[in-house]
Amino acid sequence: MQRLEELWLTVSIGILVIFMIIIGYQTFALSMGPPSHKETLDPQKVDQHERFSEPGVKQIGSNEYEVVMTLESFAFNPGNLEVPVGAKVHFIMTSKDVTHGFQVPGTNINAMVMPGHIQKISHTFSEPGEFLVVCNEYCGIGHQAMSTTITVK
Amino acid sequence: MEQTLKETKRQNPKKLLGVNTEDAKVALSYFTVAFVSLLLGGILGLLQGLERADLIQLPSWLNYYQVLTAHGLLLLVVFTATFTIGYQFANLSHSFGGLLPKVRKLAWIGFGLMVFGVALVTVMIILNEASVLYTFYPPLAAHPLFYVGLVFVVVGIWACCFGVFINYRHWRKNHRGQVTPLLAYFAMGVFVLWFFASIGVTIEVLTLIPWSMGLVETTNVMVARTLFWWFGHTLVNIWYLVATSAWYVIVPKIIGGRHFNEKLIRLVVILIVVLNIPGGFHHQIIDPAISTSIKFLHVFMSLSIAVPSLMTAFAMFFVFERTGRKLGGKGLLGWLKKLPWGDVRFLAPMIAMISFIPGGAGGIVNTSNQLNQVVHNTMWVVGHFHVTVGMSVVLTFFGICYWLIPYLSKRQLTPKMNKIGVIQTIVWTVGMTIMAGSMHIAGLFGDPRRTSDTSYGGHEVAASWISYELIFGIGATILLVGVLIQVYAVFNMMFFAPKGETEFPVAEPEDNAAPVPLWTERWGLWIVLLLAVVAMAYVVPIVDMILNAPPGSPPIRTW
Repeated sequence: MQRLEELWLTVSIGILVIFMIIIGYQTFALSMGPPSHKETLDPQKVDQHERFSEPGVKQIGSNEYEVVMTLESFAFNPGNLEVPVGAKVHFIMTSKDVTHGFQVPGTNINAMVMPGHIQKISHTFSEPGEFLVVCNEYCGIGHQAMSTTITVK
Repeated sequence: MEQTLKETKRQNPKKLLGVNTEDAKVALSYFTVAFVSLLLGGILGLLQGLERADLIQLPSWLNYYQVLTAHGLLLLVVFTATFTIGYQFANLSHSFGGLLPKVRKLAWIGFGLMVFGVALVTVMIILNEASVLYTFYPPLAAHPLFYVGLVFVVVGIWACCFGVFINYRHWRKNHRGQVTPLLAYFAMGVFVLWFFASIGVTIEVLTLIPWSMGLVETTNVMVARTLFWWFGHTLVNIWYLVATSAWYVIVPKIIGGRHFNEKLIRLVVILIVVLNIPGGFHHQIIDPAISTSIKFLHVFMSLSIAVPSLMTAFAMFFVFERTGRKLGGKGLLGWLKKLPWGDVRFLAPMIAMISFIPGGAGGIVNTSNQLNQVVHNTMWVVGHFHVTVGMSVVLTFFGICYWLIPYLSKRQLTPKMNKIGVIQTIVWTVGMTIMAGSMHIAGLFGDPRRTSDTSYGGHEVAASWISYELIFGIGATILLVGVLIQVYAVFNMMFFAPKGETEFPVAEPEDNAAPVPLWTERWGLWIVLLLAVVAMAYVVPIVDMILNAPPGSPPIRTW
């Protein structure tokens, strides 16, 4: 029993270690870590904040865009975005009220957007199509209506 | 004297050990609350399933989010807590030959506090004053009485924790140089973990009360969230520790075997108690304000909980194979046939253990940074915890009912009731497999959780998951049938089954088992280690969240 047990634990802990190494390599060497931005702001003065006073899409490179977005119950501002195929888009977001989620099914875009905190996530849209954006954190009675689209063409 | 006492224990344990009648009342009262909560929570679960499947439309006075809040609290907090207390106090009473009178009093005080707290919380939810869901993340602000109700629930649990600590200490004092019975050891682990788990959420709730009353203007939402998950995920592992107590100690006896090496079992308990609390951080992997290096540390801390689980998997299948072979099972898998599949007391926890394989694997996915980002807040997660809690834990709890309740009510488990139990187990397994399986798939397509309607105006992306929601509804319907059978079985065994004696199945060690090392009883040391691990995990991020905090958030009501 003892030898079998040792073998079992060695193999299974070995698998966990390999798992850790892959995750660590992806996070730190390939910068694939989860959205973890650390800037903050006053959640009651989002409109006066230098960055969020005018939410919108701004081109910052040949096919690179910055989307400054505010989330509030129950809308994304700006909504119904349009970007060209192959565009690299950096989303910079905050919430004006409660905690919201920013998820684009079919991509790896998934981030919590909380009041008082600025969250960032980037994605390159290499396929054309209309993507659905949903709030995936319960935010109130109209939560199910909080959605918009990103059209890539 | 000591020697003869031990002799009697070994030859005729029933003479000495047994749940005292007064203690049986405590356990049965807790079970009554547990299964009433299961019934209500189950009905609410079905309502959600049907609303999401677009088969019914809930009225405005009882909307989806009220139903969801109540479903979460009734099942995740009330059902599991009351069942755990009933079962663990019965175990303690059996192991120690009765509870101390003051401990029994504490259990009753805890009962009263919890029932009052739950009533307060439920009324607030029904009045639509607390549609904040089970996680009640601020700045969503419920009525202050909702939080006050939660405080009563926690204080009730603490009363039970102190009861266990007092009784345990008392037994140890009167049995110098001996290790406690294994079930009592598990109970100690469960309540130590419960006590330290609830500290985080208690601090959170106590800060939310003045805030929701308007006495304090703002609150730190990030700290609140972190304190919630300190509790929220530890709770998961409390259920799991309760379930493993039955896997290690009860199930081997039912199949006619002996329990695994006790030193290893105790090591598993220690590891689960010590390593557990930081696991909560993997609920915050895509949050702002926590650096990727801290998140990576927590991937490690969450994954470390898999180690005692892997030890348990080995130990249990080792016991099954050894017992099956002793009963005459031949060949590679012949021993499987020798196990008592027709006995609900075995079948239910066995399916629970098997479902822990996909459940645990899904858990490893959820703790892993990048994979978490794909599934975070989708139906995948809902599918995951319906497999882990809804099957691994709950089926174990159901299996326990079929011997513990007749034992406590001095009745019998009749062959007919055993058959009902087997049917219940199958119904539950089928229902949960259908529901949780389809939830996992829909989640991979991106179907968000906690949302009353996910058709998004008929958007084609939403069309990819909408048909699965109909399958959730079918699964939920089958599960409610399972709930009804289980509730019927529980109350039948409590009040109507034929009178008689039922066995309290506690496995014995192997004849040649090595003595259990006394160092496993050093609870002071395990608690210090637990606190050290909590400090490693929490001091840096929480200090960072407080020192670099943005101006706080005022209470907001968006429902």
